[in-house]
Amino acid sequence: MRVGAIVWKDLTAERRTKANFNSVAFLAALILLLFGFALGPDTQALRNVAGGVLWLTVLFSGVLSFNRSYEQELENGSLEMLLLYPGDRRSIFVGKLIANLVFVLLMEAVLIPLAAVLYDIPIWRVIGPLAIVLFLGTLGFVTLGTFYSAMASRLRAREVLLPLLLFPMLIPLLIAAVQATGLILTGDLMVRDAAAGATVALSSSWVRVLVVFDIVFLTGALFAFEHVIED
Amino acid sequence: MSTIHSESAAAPARPRWLQPFGVFAVLFLIAAQAIALLTSAPDRDMGHLQKILYVHVPSAWMSMIAPAVVFVASVLYLWKRQAKHDMLASAAAQVGIVFIGLTLIQGSIWARPTWGIWWTWDPRLTTTAILFLIYAGYLALRAFADDEDQRARWSAAVGILGFLNVPIVYMSVRWWRTIHQVQSTPETMDAVYRLGLRLNAFAFLFIFIYLVAIRYHIAKLERSREAVLEERALTGGRVHV
Repeated sequence: MRVGAIVWKDLTAERRTKANFNSVAFLAALILLLFGFALGPDTQALRNVAGGVLWLTVLFSGVLSFNRSYEQELENGSLEMLLLYPGDRRSIFVGKLIANLVFVLLMEAVLIPLAAVLYDIPIWRVIGPLAIVLFLGTLGFVTLGTFYSAMASRLRAREVLLPLLLFPMLIPLLIAAVQATGLILTGDLMVRDAAAGATVALSSSWVRVLVVFDIVFLTGALFAFEHVIED
Repeated sequence: MSTIHSESAAAPARPRWLQPFGVFAVLFLIAAQAIALLTSAPDRDMGHLQKILYVHVPSAWMSMIAPAVVFVASVLYLWKRQAKHDMLASAAAQVGIVFIGLTLIQGSIWARPTWGIWWTWDPRLTTTAILFLIYAGYLALRAFADDEDQRARWSAAVGILGFLNVPIVYMSVRWWRTIHQVQSTPETMDAVYRLGLRLNAFAFLFIFIYLVAIRYHIAKLERSREAVLEERALTGGRVHV
Protein backbone atom coordinates (compact mmCIF):
# COMPACT_ATOMS: atom_id res chain seq x y z
CA MET A 1 0.00 0.00 0.00
CA ARG A 2 2.85 2.31 0.91
CA VAL A 3 4.59 1.29 -2.29
CA GLY A 4 1.49 2.13 -4.28
CA ALA A 5 1.27 5.57 -2.69
CA ILE A 6 4.84 6.40 -3.67
CA VAL A 7 4.39 5.14 -7.22
CA TRP A 8 1.21 7.17 -7.53
CA LYS A 9 2.82 10.28 -6.08
CA ASP A 10 5.86 10.12 -8.38
CA LEU A 11 3.89 9.37 -11.49
CA THR A 12 1.34 12.09 -10.74
CA ALA A 13 4.09 14.64 -10.31
CA GLU A 14 5.53 13.49 -13.61
CA ARG A 15 2.19 13.45 -15.41
CA ARG A 16 1.31 16.96 -14.29
CA THR A 17 4.54 18.53 -15.46
CA LYS A 18 5.46 16.20 -18.34
CA ALA A 19 8.60 18.29 -18.67
CA ASN A 20 10.93 15.45 -17.84
CA PHE A 21 9.31 12.79 -19.92
CA ASN A 22 9.04 14.94 -23.00
CA SER A 23 12.62 16.10 -22.89
CA VAL A 24 14.06 12.66 -22.09
CA ALA A 25 12.01 10.95 -24.81
CA PHE A 26 13.01 13.63 -27.29
CA LEU A 27 16.66 13.22 -26.32
CA ALA A 28 16.34 9.45 -26.83
CA ALA A 29 14.99 10.01 -30.34
CA LEU A 30 17.84 12.41 -31.00
CA ILE A 31 20.48 9.91 -29.82
CA LEU A 32 18.94 7.25 -32.05
CA LEU A 33 19.21 9.60 -35.00
CA LEU A 34 22.79 10.57 -34.10
CA PHE A 35 23.82 6.91 -34.05
CA GLY A 36 22.39 6.62 -37.55
CA PHE A 37 24.53 9.53 -38.73
CA ALA A 38 27.61 8.16 -36.98
CA LEU A 39 27.25 4.67 -38.41
CA GLY A 40 26.39 5.63 -41.96
CA PRO A 41 23.36 5.19 -44.18
CA ASP A 42 23.80 1.50 -45.04
CA THR A 43 20.43 0.03 -43.99
CA GLN A 44 21.67 -3.55 -43.77
CA ALA A 45 24.61 -2.57 -41.56
CA LEU A 46 22.34 -0.47 -39.38
CA ARG A 47 19.94 -3.35 -38.92
CA ASN A 48 22.78 -5.58 -37.73
CA VAL A 49 23.81 -3.17 -34.99
CA ALA A 50 20.28 -2.07 -34.11
CA GLY A 51 20.28 -4.04 -30.83
CA GLY A 52 23.38 -2.29 -29.56
CA VAL A 53 22.22 1.12 -30.69
CA LEU A 54 18.83 0.64 -29.10
CA TRP A 55 20.23 -0.36 -25.71
CA LEU A 56 22.86 2.36 -25.61
CA THR A 57 20.15 4.89 -26.42
CA VAL A 58 18.03 3.51 -23.56
CA LEU A 59 20.96 3.67 -21.13
CA PHE A 60 22.16 7.15 -22.12
CA SER A 61 18.73 8.75 -21.99
CA GLY A 62 17.33 6.68 -19.12
CA VAL A 63 20.20 7.60 -16.81
CA LEU A 64 19.00 11.20 -16.91
CA SER A 65 15.68 10.29 -15.34
CA PHE A 66 16.92 8.64 -12.13
CA ASN A 67 18.42 11.58 -10.23
CA ARG A 68 15.27 13.60 -10.87
CA SER A 69 13.30 11.01 -8.93
CA TYR A 70 15.14 11.97 -5.72
CA GLU A 71 15.86 15.58 -6.59
CA GLN A 72 12.24 16.59 -6.37
CA GLU A 73 12.15 15.08 -2.88
CA LEU A 74 15.32 16.85 -1.80
CA GLU A 75 14.30 20.27 -3.10
CA ASN A 76 11.42 20.58 -0.68
CA GLY A 77 12.88 18.48 2.10
CA SER A 78 10.14 15.94 1.56
CA LEU A 79 12.52 12.97 1.75
CA GLU A 80 12.79 13.52 5.50
CA MET A 81 9.00 13.44 5.68
CA LEU A 82 8.91 10.19 3.71
CA LEU A 83 11.44 8.69 6.10
CA LEU A 84 9.39 9.76 9.11
CA TYR A 85 6.32 7.87 7.99
CA PRO A 86 5.94 4.50 9.70
CA GLY A 87 6.63 1.30 7.84
CA ASP A 88 9.39 -0.41 5.98
CA ARG A 89 11.81 1.95 4.25
CA ARG A 90 12.35 -0.52 1.49
CA SER A 91 8.91 0.42 0.21
CA ILE A 92 10.39 3.81 -0.73
CA PHE A 93 12.90 1.99 -2.91
CA VAL A 94 10.29 -0.31 -4.46
CA GLY A 95 7.94 2.62 -5.08
CA LYS A 96 10.64 4.69 -6.76
CA LEU A 97 11.77 1.66 -8.71
CA ILE A 98 8.29 1.01 -10.12
CA ALA A 99 7.79 4.68 -10.97
CA ASN A 100 11.16 4.76 -12.77
CA LEU A 101 10.33 1.49 -14.51
CA VAL A 102 7.07 2.91 -15.85
CA PHE A 103 8.93 6.04 -16.95
CA VAL A 104 11.65 4.19 -18.85
CA LEU A 105 9.25 1.62 -20.36
CA LEU A 106 7.05 4.45 -21.67
CA MET A 107 10.14 6.06 -23.15
CA GLU A 108 10.96 2.77 -24.85
CA ALA A 109 7.40 2.59 -26.19
CA VAL A 110 8.17 5.83 -28.03
CA LEU A 111 11.66 4.73 -28.98
CA ILE A 112 10.96 1.27 -30.43
CA PRO A 113 8.60 2.28 -33.25
CA LEU A 114 10.97 5.08 -34.15
CA ALA A 115 13.91 2.66 -34.22
CA ALA A 116 11.85 0.28 -36.34
CA VAL A 117 11.34 3.02 -38.92
CA LEU A 118 14.87 4.45 -38.86
CA TYR A 119 16.72 1.15 -38.78
CA ASP A 120 14.26 -0.85 -40.86
CA ILE A 121 13.50 -3.46 -38.20
CA PRO A 122 10.45 -5.70 -38.63
CA ILE A 123 9.32 -5.41 -35.01
CA TRP A 124 5.79 -6.72 -35.40
CA ARG A 125 7.00 -10.25 -36.10
CA VAL A 126 9.15 -10.34 -32.98
CA ILE A 127 7.20 -8.10 -30.64
CA GLY A 128 6.63 -10.85 -28.03
CA PRO A 129 10.23 -11.96 -27.40
CA LEU A 130 11.42 -8.37 -27.84
CA ALA A 131 9.05 -7.17 -25.14
CA ILE A 132 10.35 -9.81 -22.73
CA VAL A 133 13.97 -8.84 -23.32
CA LEU A 134 13.16 -5.14 -23.07
CA PHE A 135 11.31 -5.63 -19.81
CA LEU A 136 13.99 -7.78 -18.15
CA GLY A 137 16.82 -5.53 -19.32
CA THR A 138 14.99 -2.39 -18.24
CA LEU A 139 14.17 -3.92 -14.85
CA GLY A 140 17.85 -4.54 -14.09
CA PHE A 141 18.82 -1.10 -15.41
CA VAL A 142 16.16 0.67 -13.35
CA THR A 143 16.94 -1.37 -10.21
CA LEU A 144 20.57 -0.27 -10.14
CA GLY A 145 19.69 3.21 -11.44
CA THR A 146 17.21 3.79 -8.62
CA PHE A 147 19.69 2.42 -6.10
CA TYR A 148 22.73 4.43 -7.14
CA SER A 149 20.80 7.64 -7.71
CA ALA A 150 19.65 7.48 -4.06
CA MET A 151 23.29 8.26 -3.28
CA ALA A 152 24.43 10.25 -6.29
CA SER A 153 21.48 12.69 -6.21
CA ARG A 154 22.60 13.90 -2.79
CA LEU A 155 26.18 14.68 -3.82
CA ARG A 156 27.75 17.64 -5.55
CA ALA A 157 28.82 15.92 -8.76
CA ARG A 158 25.61 13.98 -9.28
CA GLU A 159 25.46 14.35 -13.07
CA VAL A 160 28.79 12.63 -13.62
CA LEU A 161 28.85 10.39 -10.56
CA LEU A 162 25.69 8.44 -11.37
CA PRO A 163 26.86 7.15 -14.79
CA LEU A 164 30.32 6.60 -13.34
CA LEU A 165 28.89 4.26 -10.71
CA LEU A 166 26.10 2.80 -12.80
CA PHE A 167 27.52 2.00 -16.23
CA PRO A 168 30.37 -0.32 -15.20
CA MET A 169 27.88 -2.35 -13.18
CA LEU A 170 25.56 -2.58 -16.18
CA ILE A 171 28.09 -4.14 -18.56
CA PRO A 172 26.86 -7.76 -18.15
CA LEU A 173 23.29 -6.53 -18.56
CA LEU A 174 24.26 -4.59 -21.68
CA ILE A 175 26.01 -7.59 -23.21
CA ALA A 176 23.11 -9.95 -22.50
CA ALA A 177 20.41 -7.52 -23.58
CA VAL A 178 22.19 -6.53 -26.79
CA GLN A 179 22.94 -10.15 -27.70
CA ALA A 180 19.38 -11.27 -27.03
CA THR A 181 17.90 -8.30 -28.89
CA GLY A 182 20.24 -8.76 -31.82
CA LEU A 183 19.41 -12.45 -32.09
CA ILE A 184 15.70 -11.73 -31.95
CA LEU A 185 15.88 -8.95 -34.53
CA THR A 186 17.92 -10.96 -37.00
CA GLY A 187 15.59 -13.92 -36.53
CA ASP A 188 18.48 -16.27 -35.80
CA LEU A 189 17.07 -17.80 -32.67
CA MET A 190 18.23 -21.39 -32.80
CA VAL A 191 21.73 -22.79 -32.38
CA ARG A 192 23.13 -26.09 -31.27
CA ASP A 193 24.25 -26.03 -27.68
CA ALA A 194 27.30 -28.27 -27.66
CA ALA A 195 27.29 -28.86 -23.91
CA ALA A 196 23.65 -29.83 -23.64
CA GLY A 197 23.69 -31.64 -26.96
CA ALA A 198 20.35 -30.13 -27.81
CA THR A 199 19.01 -27.36 -29.94
CA VAL A 200 18.10 -24.38 -27.83
CA ALA A 201 17.11 -20.84 -28.50
CA LEU A 202 20.32 -18.87 -27.99
CA SER A 203 18.43 -15.74 -27.12
CA SER A 204 16.75 -17.57 -24.27
CA SER A 205 20.10 -18.32 -22.66
CA TRP A 206 20.91 -14.61 -22.76
CA VAL A 207 17.49 -14.00 -21.26
CA ARG A 208 18.55 -16.27 -18.42
CA VAL A 209 21.57 -14.03 -17.80
CA LEU A 210 19.18 -11.08 -17.57
CA VAL A 211 16.98 -12.95 -15.10
CA VAL A 212 19.98 -13.81 -12.90
CA PHE A 213 21.17 -10.20 -13.04
CA ASP A 214 17.72 -8.90 -12.07
CA ILE A 215 17.32 -11.32 -9.18
CA VAL A 216 20.82 -10.75 -7.76
CA PHE A 217 20.59 -6.97 -7.84
CA LEU A 218 16.94 -6.68 -6.79
CA THR A 219 17.86 -8.72 -3.71
CA GLY A 220 21.16 -6.92 -3.12
CA ALA A 221 19.68 -3.46 -3.57
CA LEU A 222 16.71 -4.23 -1.32
CA PHE A 223 19.09 -5.39 1.40
CA ALA A 224 21.45 -2.44 1.02
CA PHE A 225 18.87 0.32 0.54
CA GLU A 226 18.03 0.65 4.24
CA HIS A 227 21.64 1.50 4.93
CA VAL A 228 21.79 3.99 2.09
CA ILE A 229 18.66 5.95 2.87
CA GLU A 230 18.97 6.37 6.63
CA ASP A 231 20.11 9.74 7.96
CA MET B 1 33.29 18.87 25.04
CA SER B 2 35.47 16.71 27.22
CA THR B 3 34.64 13.57 25.24
CA ILE B 4 35.87 15.18 22.05
CA HIS B 5 38.97 16.30 23.83
CA SER B 6 39.84 12.86 25.13
CA GLU B 7 39.19 11.33 21.69
CA SER B 8 41.61 13.63 19.94
CA ALA B 9 44.20 13.84 22.64
CA ALA B 10 46.87 11.90 20.79
CA ALA B 11 47.38 10.97 17.16
CA PRO B 12 47.23 7.19 16.73
CA ALA B 13 50.71 5.74 16.81
CA ARG B 14 52.01 3.72 13.91
CA PRO B 15 51.88 0.01 14.70
CA ARG B 16 55.33 -1.16 15.66
CA TRP B 17 55.37 -4.09 13.23
CA LEU B 18 54.64 -1.93 10.21
CA GLN B 19 58.10 -0.73 9.29
CA PRO B 20 60.00 -4.02 9.85
CA PHE B 21 57.29 -5.84 7.96
CA GLY B 22 57.61 -3.40 5.06
CA VAL B 23 61.37 -3.95 4.89
CA PHE B 24 60.80 -7.70 5.01
CA ALA B 25 58.15 -7.56 2.26
CA VAL B 26 60.38 -5.57 -0.09
CA LEU B 27 63.41 -7.81 0.54
CA PHE B 28 61.27 -10.91 0.07
CA LEU B 29 59.96 -9.55 -3.22
CA ILE B 30 63.47 -8.82 -4.48
CA ALA B 31 64.64 -12.30 -3.48
CA ALA B 32 61.60 -14.00 -4.99
CA GLN B 33 62.01 -12.11 -8.26
CA ALA B 34 65.72 -12.94 -8.37
CA ILE B 35 65.12 -16.64 -7.74
CA ALA B 36 62.31 -16.78 -10.29
CA LEU B 37 64.26 -14.96 -12.99
CA LEU B 38 67.46 -16.93 -12.45
CA THR B 39 66.02 -20.41 -12.12
CA SER B 40 63.53 -20.34 -14.98
CA ALA B 41 64.74 -21.44 -18.39
CA PRO B 42 63.42 -19.49 -21.37
CA ASP B 43 60.09 -20.88 -22.45
CA ARG B 44 59.96 -22.91 -25.68
CA ASP B 45 57.42 -20.63 -27.33
CA MET B 46 57.65 -17.39 -25.42
CA GLY B 47 61.35 -17.19 -24.56
CA HIS B 48 62.16 -14.57 -21.95
CA LEU B 49 58.74 -13.08 -22.39
CA GLN B 50 57.58 -15.81 -20.05
CA LYS B 51 59.18 -13.93 -17.14
CA ILE B 52 56.32 -11.45 -17.00
CA LEU B 53 54.46 -14.34 -15.41
CA TYR B 54 56.15 -13.58 -12.08
CA VAL B 55 54.66 -10.12 -11.83
CA HIS B 56 51.54 -10.47 -13.91
CA VAL B 57 49.95 -13.51 -12.29
CA PRO B 58 50.58 -12.37 -8.68
CA SER B 59 49.18 -8.92 -9.56
CA ALA B 60 46.11 -10.58 -11.03
CA TRP B 61 45.65 -12.59 -7.84
CA MET B 62 45.88 -9.45 -5.73
CA SER B 63 43.25 -7.92 -8.06
CA MET B 64 40.96 -10.74 -6.96
CA ILE B 65 41.86 -10.61 -3.27
CA ALA B 66 41.37 -6.85 -2.95
CA PRO B 67 37.69 -6.83 -4.05
CA ALA B 68 37.07 -9.77 -1.69
CA VAL B 69 38.58 -7.79 1.20
CA VAL B 70 36.48 -4.76 0.27
CA PHE B 71 33.39 -6.99 0.21
CA VAL B 72 34.02 -8.65 3.57
CA ALA B 73 34.93 -5.34 5.24
CA SER B 74 31.81 -3.70 3.74
CA VAL B 75 29.52 -6.44 5.02
CA LEU B 76 31.17 -6.21 8.46
CA TYR B 77 30.71 -2.44 8.45
CA LEU B 78 27.00 -2.57 7.67
CA TRP B 79 26.62 -5.27 10.29
CA LYS B 80 28.69 -3.86 13.17
CA ARG B 81 29.05 -0.17 12.20
CA GLN B 82 32.63 0.15 13.34
CA ALA B 83 34.84 2.70 11.61
CA LYS B 84 37.74 0.26 11.37
CA HIS B 85 35.91 -1.88 8.82
CA ASP B 86 35.17 1.15 6.68
CA MET B 87 38.82 2.18 6.80
CA LEU B 88 39.88 -1.33 5.87
CA ALA B 89 37.50 -1.42 2.89
CA SER B 90 38.80 1.94 1.71
CA ALA B 91 42.45 0.88 2.13
CA ALA B 92 41.90 -2.39 0.25
CA ALA B 93 40.10 -0.59 -2.58
CA GLN B 94 42.88 1.95 -2.97
CA VAL B 95 45.63 -0.65 -3.04
CA GLY B 96 43.44 -2.99 -5.10
CA ILE B 97 42.94 -0.48 -7.90
CA VAL B 98 46.73 -0.11 -8.19
CA PHE B 99 47.12 -3.86 -8.63
CA ILE B 100 44.19 -4.01 -11.05
CA GLY B 101 45.79 -1.24 -13.08
CA LEU B 102 49.16 -3.03 -12.99
CA THR B 103 47.52 -6.25 -14.15
CA LEU B 104 45.96 -4.48 -17.11
CA ILE B 105 49.20 -2.81 -18.13
CA GLN B 106 51.21 -6.04 -17.79
CA GLY B 107 48.53 -7.93 -19.71
CA SER B 108 48.84 -5.44 -22.54
CA ILE B 109 52.63 -5.64 -22.51
CA TRP B 110 52.39 -9.43 -22.74
CA ALA B 111 49.65 -9.43 -25.38
CA ARG B 112 51.55 -7.18 -27.78
CA PRO B 113 54.42 -9.62 -28.63
CA THR B 114 52.29 -12.73 -28.08
CA TRP B 115 49.12 -11.92 -29.96
CA GLY B 116 50.41 -8.88 -31.86
CA ILE B 117 47.86 -6.55 -30.28
CA TRP B 118 47.79 -4.35 -27.20
CA TRP B 119 44.24 -5.15 -26.33
CA THR B 120 42.03 -8.15 -26.83
CA TRP B 121 38.52 -8.83 -25.57
CA ASP B 122 39.77 -11.81 -23.64
CA PRO B 123 37.35 -12.64 -20.77
CA ARG B 124 39.92 -12.22 -18.03
CA LEU B 125 41.37 -9.03 -19.46
CA THR B 126 37.92 -7.57 -20.05
CA THR B 127 36.73 -8.56 -16.57
CA THR B 128 39.80 -6.90 -15.07
CA ALA B 129 39.06 -3.71 -17.00
CA ILE B 130 35.48 -3.73 -15.74
CA LEU B 131 36.74 -4.31 -12.18
CA PHE B 132 38.94 -1.25 -12.61
CA LEU B 133 35.92 0.84 -13.60
CA ILE B 134 33.76 -0.49 -10.75
CA TYR B 135 36.36 0.31 -8.10
CA ALA B 136 37.18 3.65 -9.70
CA GLY B 137 33.50 4.44 -9.20
CA TYR B 138 33.76 3.24 -5.61
CA LEU B 139 36.69 5.56 -4.91
CA ALA B 140 35.00 8.45 -6.73
CA LEU B 141 31.96 8.04 -4.48
CA ARG B 142 34.21 8.11 -1.44
CA ALA B 143 35.90 11.24 -2.72
CA PHE B 144 32.63 13.08 -3.27
CA ALA B 145 30.83 12.08 -0.06
CA ASP B 146 31.74 14.55 2.67
CA ASP B 147 29.82 13.19 5.62
CA GLU B 148 31.87 10.47 7.26
CA ASP B 149 29.00 8.24 8.33
CA GLN B 150 27.20 8.62 4.99
CA ARG B 151 30.38 7.87 3.07
CA ALA B 152 30.97 4.70 5.06
CA ARG B 153 27.43 3.36 4.58
CA TRP B 154 27.21 4.26 0.91
CA SER B 155 30.58 2.95 -0.08
CA ALA B 156 29.87 -0.27 1.83
CA ALA B 157 26.71 -0.74 -0.24
CA VAL B 158 28.62 -0.02 -3.46
CA GLY B 159 31.43 -2.36 -2.40
CA ILE B 160 28.98 -5.20 -1.79
CA LEU B 161 27.05 -4.79 -5.05
CA GLY B 162 30.28 -4.38 -6.99
CA PHE B 163 31.62 -7.66 -5.69
CA LEU B 164 28.35 -9.50 -6.42
CA ASN B 165 28.76 -8.38 -10.00
CA VAL B 166 32.22 -9.92 -10.50
CA PRO B 167 31.06 -13.49 -11.30
CA ILE B 168 28.21 -12.19 -13.47
CA VAL B 169 30.61 -9.98 -15.39
CA TYR B 170 33.09 -12.80 -15.88
CA MET B 171 30.51 -15.35 -17.00
CA SER B 172 28.76 -13.00 -19.39
CA VAL B 173 32.00 -11.77 -20.95
CA ARG B 174 33.31 -15.31 -21.33
CA TRP B 175 30.11 -16.46 -22.90
CA TRP B 176 30.00 -13.46 -25.17
CA ARG B 177 33.53 -14.28 -26.41
CA THR B 178 33.04 -18.03 -26.86
CA ILE B 179 30.15 -17.34 -29.15
CA HIS B 180 32.52 -15.25 -31.23
CA GLN B 181 35.05 -18.10 -31.42
CA VAL B 182 38.19 -16.84 -29.82
CA GLN B 183 41.26 -18.88 -29.13
CA SER B 184 41.79 -20.09 -25.60
CA THR B 185 45.22 -20.48 -24.05
CA PRO B 186 45.80 -23.62 -21.99
CA GLU B 187 47.34 -22.99 -18.62
CA THR B 188 49.84 -25.77 -18.47
CA MET B 189 52.96 -24.97 -16.56
CA ASP B 190 56.27 -26.70 -15.92
CA ALA B 191 57.54 -27.34 -12.40
CA VAL B 192 60.48 -25.04 -13.16
CA TYR B 193 58.19 -22.05 -13.26
CA ARG B 194 55.98 -23.10 -10.39
CA LEU B 195 58.40 -22.37 -7.55
CA GLY B 196 59.12 -18.87 -8.79
CA LEU B 197 55.44 -18.17 -9.18
CA ARG B 198 54.62 -19.41 -5.68
CA LEU B 199 57.36 -17.35 -4.08
CA ASN B 200 56.22 -14.27 -5.92
CA ALA B 201 52.61 -14.87 -5.02
CA PHE B 202 53.62 -14.63 -1.36
CA ALA B 203 55.88 -11.66 -2.05
CA PHE B 204 52.99 -9.79 -3.65
CA LEU B 205 50.69 -10.78 -0.82
CA PHE B 206 53.13 -9.31 1.72
CA ILE B 207 53.45 -6.11 -0.30
CA PHE B 208 49.67 -5.95 -0.56
CA ILE B 209 49.24 -6.36 3.21
CA TYR B 210 51.93 -3.77 3.86
CA LEU B 211 50.34 -1.21 1.53
CA VAL B 212 46.86 -1.83 2.95
CA ALA B 213 48.24 -1.40 6.48
CA ILE B 214 49.80 1.93 5.48
CA ARG B 215 46.59 3.22 3.92
CA TYR B 216 44.69 2.01 6.97
CA HIS B 217 47.04 3.88 9.26
CA ILE B 218 46.72 7.04 7.14
CA ALA B 219 42.93 6.78 7.33
CA LYS B 220 43.25 6.58 11.11
CA LEU B 221 45.46 9.68 11.18
CA GLU B 222 42.99 11.55 8.99
CA ARG B 223 40.18 10.65 11.35
CA SER B 224 42.02 11.90 14.38
CA ARG B 225 42.97 15.09 12.53
CA GLU B 226 39.32 15.68 11.68
CA ALA B 227 38.45 15.19 15.31
CA VAL B 228 41.05 17.76 16.32
CA LEU B 229 39.79 20.27 13.74
CA GLU B 230 36.26 19.68 14.95
CA GLU B 231 37.34 20.34 18.50
CA ARG B 232 39.06 23.52 17.46
CA ALA B 233 35.94 24.68 15.67
CA LEU B 234 33.83 23.90 18.74
CA THR B 235 36.07 25.43 21.36
CA GLY B 236 37.39 28.26 19.23
CA GLY B 237 40.74 27.82 20.90
CA ARG B 238 44.09 26.82 19.55
CA VAL B 239 44.72 23.11 19.36
CA HIS B 240 47.89 21.40 18.27
CA VAL B 241 47.37 19.35 15.10
